[in-house]
Amino acid sequence: MLKDITLGQYFPGDTPIHRLDPRTKLLCLILFIVALFCARWLVTYGLVAAALIACIVISGVSFRALTKGLKTVYIIVAFTAVMNLFFTPGTPIADVAILRHATWEGARTACFMMARIVMLIMGSFLLTYTTSPIALTNALDKLLGPLKKLHFPVHELTLMMSLALRFIPTLIEETDKIMSAQKARGADFESGNILRRAKALVPILVPLFVSAFRRADELATAMESRCYHGGEGRTALHVLRYRTADYIALALFVLLTAAVIVLRRFGL
Amino acid sequence: MIETKQLIFTYPAEEGREPSPALRGVDLQIEKGSFVVVLGHNGSGKSTLAKHFNAVLLPSGGAVYVDGMDTRDELVTLEIRRRVGMVFQNPDNQIVANVVEEDVAFAPENLGVPTAEIRRRVDDALAAVGMGEFPTHAPHLLSGGQKQRIAIAGVIAMEPETIVLDEATAMLDPVGRRDVLAAVHKLNQERGITVVLITHHMAEAVDADRVVVMNRGEIVMDGAPAEIFSRVEELHALGLCSPDTVELLYGLNRGGMDLPLTAISVEDCADAIAVALGKME
Amino acid sequence: MEPIIRVDHLTHTYSAGTPFERSAVADMSLSVLPGEFLGIIGHTGSGKSTLIQHLNGLLKPTSGHIWLNGQDIWAKPKEIRKVRFRVGLVFQYPEYQLFEETAYKDIAFGPKNMGLDEQEIDRRVRDAAAFVGLESALLERSPFELSGGQKRRVAIAGVIAMEPEVLILDEPTAGLDPAGRDMILSQIRAYHQARGTTVVLVSHSMEEIARNVDRIVVLHSARVYMEGTPAEVFAHADELESVGLDVPQVTKVAAALRARGVAVDGATYTVEALERQLLALKGGSGPC
Repeated sequence: MLKDITLGQYFPGDTPIHRLDPRTKLLCLILFIVALFCARWLVTYGLVAAALIACIVISGVSFRALTKGLKTVYIIVAFTAVMNLFFTPGTPIADVAILRHATWEGARTACFMMARIVMLIMGSFLLTYTTSPIALTNALDKLLGPLKKLHFPVHELTLMMSLALRFIPTLIEETDKIMSAQKARGADFESGNILRRAKALVPILVPLFVSAFRRADELATAMESRCYHGGEGRTALHVLRYRTADYIALALFVLLTAAVIVLRRFGL
Repeated sequence: MIETKQLIFTYPAEEGREPSPALRGVDLQIEKGSFVVVLGHNGSGKSTLAKHFNAVLLPSGGAVYVDGMDTRDELVTLEIRRRVGMVFQNPDNQIVANVVEEDVAFAPENLGVPTAEIRRRVDDALAAVGMGEFPTHAPHLLSGGQKQRIAIAGVIAMEPETIVLDEATAMLDPVGRRDVLAAVHKLNQERGITVVLITHHMAEAVDADRVVVMNRGEIVMDGAPAEIFSRVEELHALGLCSPDTVELLYGLNRGGMDLPLTAISVEDCADAIAVALGKME
Repeated sequence: MEPIIRVDHLTHTYSAGTPFERSAVADMSLSVLPGEFLGIIGHTGSGKSTLIQHLNGLLKPTSGHIWLNGQDIWAKPKEIRKVRFRVGLVFQYPEYQLFEETAYKDIAFGPKNMGLDEQEIDRRVRDAAAFVGLESALLERSPFELSGGQKRRVAIAGVIAMEPEVLILDEPTAGLDPAGRDMILSQIRAYHQARGTTVVLVSHSMEEIARNVDRIVVLHSARVYMEGTPAEVFAHADELESVGLDVPQVTKVAAALRARGVAVDGATYTVEALERQLLALKGGSGPC
């Protein structure tokens, strides 16, 4: 149950997409999102979709794995579609009952909107599926680097992110263990009204917090013992380096975005 | 070399309770290259002592010197921690990264070691603890013994002079414990790294150069394992016991035999008994 | 004798249908007899944790059955909670499950879930606390203020207070020092004798198992590898070592003595027993 949570799940692989510098992938995703939101009509949408499909095919990630990720948001997708369908002003679809409020313009917007959300999510999932969390944190650390000059705690932020990633599996395992132990003493998490169920969580949450604090304390001592003293003067095992492929990928996505922006001016 | 002089340490008192010192004047010298086991039951002060060796705790009274450097001098704190690496009890709470090699690289990264050198140290450290096959594994999928060996590799990557294991075997199963002990013995013998092993498992002290027994914040016994274990009654009084071989010899002596209490290994013990029973010359 | 718990061809497979699929327990059958002190031993990954979580219905078998007093515990899945009151399970490091304001309330958590009345809960809490040697003054303290050993005893009392027919303890001495270990084990022994309750002790320490139990089940790679009294099991010291289990040091000494022609029982597993045999030999061969 708890173990089934797929949080930024990473599928290791060795494709051109996997090998790209994580910074490139992050920047490409941002360009992709810009293009997606600038897309206006079939041609531009088609262009963005083609780029996404090309990336998916190269990455070797199965479409099924990507659509599985959509499950969690289908309600939002459906809701946006319905809202657009009914609340866009224009020509009614038919003069019968509820359809009087639905418009042709609304149907068109709804379709594009759904395409937009689906592609947005698939694009983001493609990034997390092909990039290890630690590589992503490294990329973020480097990309936000200039903010350090403004005294923005970039290193602390990314360290916190990577520690959180490190401890998620541990805490999930621990939650499972505590739940089992309380169930062995007859705790009941499945019946009763909301209030009762909320109260039933106390025997899980208290031990979980106590242990999280203990862990944090011990971790801090362990990090100090390993000469941690902030981000100053730190070096890295894996140094990020842009290669030719990265420049090509970035150029292609810049081109895509530019094309979409130009084409939308012509109403395409 | 690590040296403590009249070391006193008192934890901040809880509300409404009298502070009582956890260490009451400890004088100890740990020679370079030696393998020292510190024994004692919970609350004897052994872990508190260990945490003074790398300036995680600072003395309330007396002093601690690492290669002549005073641990209270903040300017040398980092250098002391590089020289004296520490491995803690809970394997889960000392691994910082979710990839093995990234974790081992953590200390050298903090120390500003150049990238190529970090790579070399990480590979070398993982090989030294027998975990060379696992550089890209996720630590949470490894066994307790494997996690502790990763933690040891993380310390080795600092190229320290001393490794302190603060009850690092307490949460492991027999197989994990055996692997961890084998790894530290190898580091001690092949690289001359000083090892300070804090434990309450008697069996782990058998192969040490020296055993220090603590009780109520003081050192009460200090000597070679054979000598310490032969003082069976003293150990019993402290709530500790000798390995079963020595306990057996001691029991037999009480039953009227005259056996040497220094025959700790199974083979030596059996030899001694067989000779006494006239089965062997 | 009719077993109190019968494990019947139990198989449990984790992550079925994925590349991570593995059977933690494979076609395992064994019995727990009423009133016995049973030891289950095996190293990490042998399947012992998965097995014991089936005995009180925390895990559901992938295939096979668990019989409690002749009834399949999963016959009525809705009443599985009642099985947990009858088969008490103390987890490894049980002190991490404490959550109440006072030790008393924490011990009372199980009995309260059983729906007992105040008076009965009070009696059970005090009885359980007495069994694990907790002074009543400690009961009003917050469990988080207690020492490590005391916390663990509060947690064990929390299960004993349900007065289960079978008490299962998973590594109850893990991480404790020798004094703490001896104390917990002697209290469990005393509880077993006073109550006559069936007790199952799970451990990876041969010494601990050897000294306490009537019968041993050895698990290895998800199966029952060996079963019998301590003497029967330790007679196969070589086989135990071949699957990565350590035999007690005394058993090794006994074997070494036999190799040197001293006529002791090779399956001896306590210091006292070997001592007696050797002193008897000495007395017999001596001039007097």
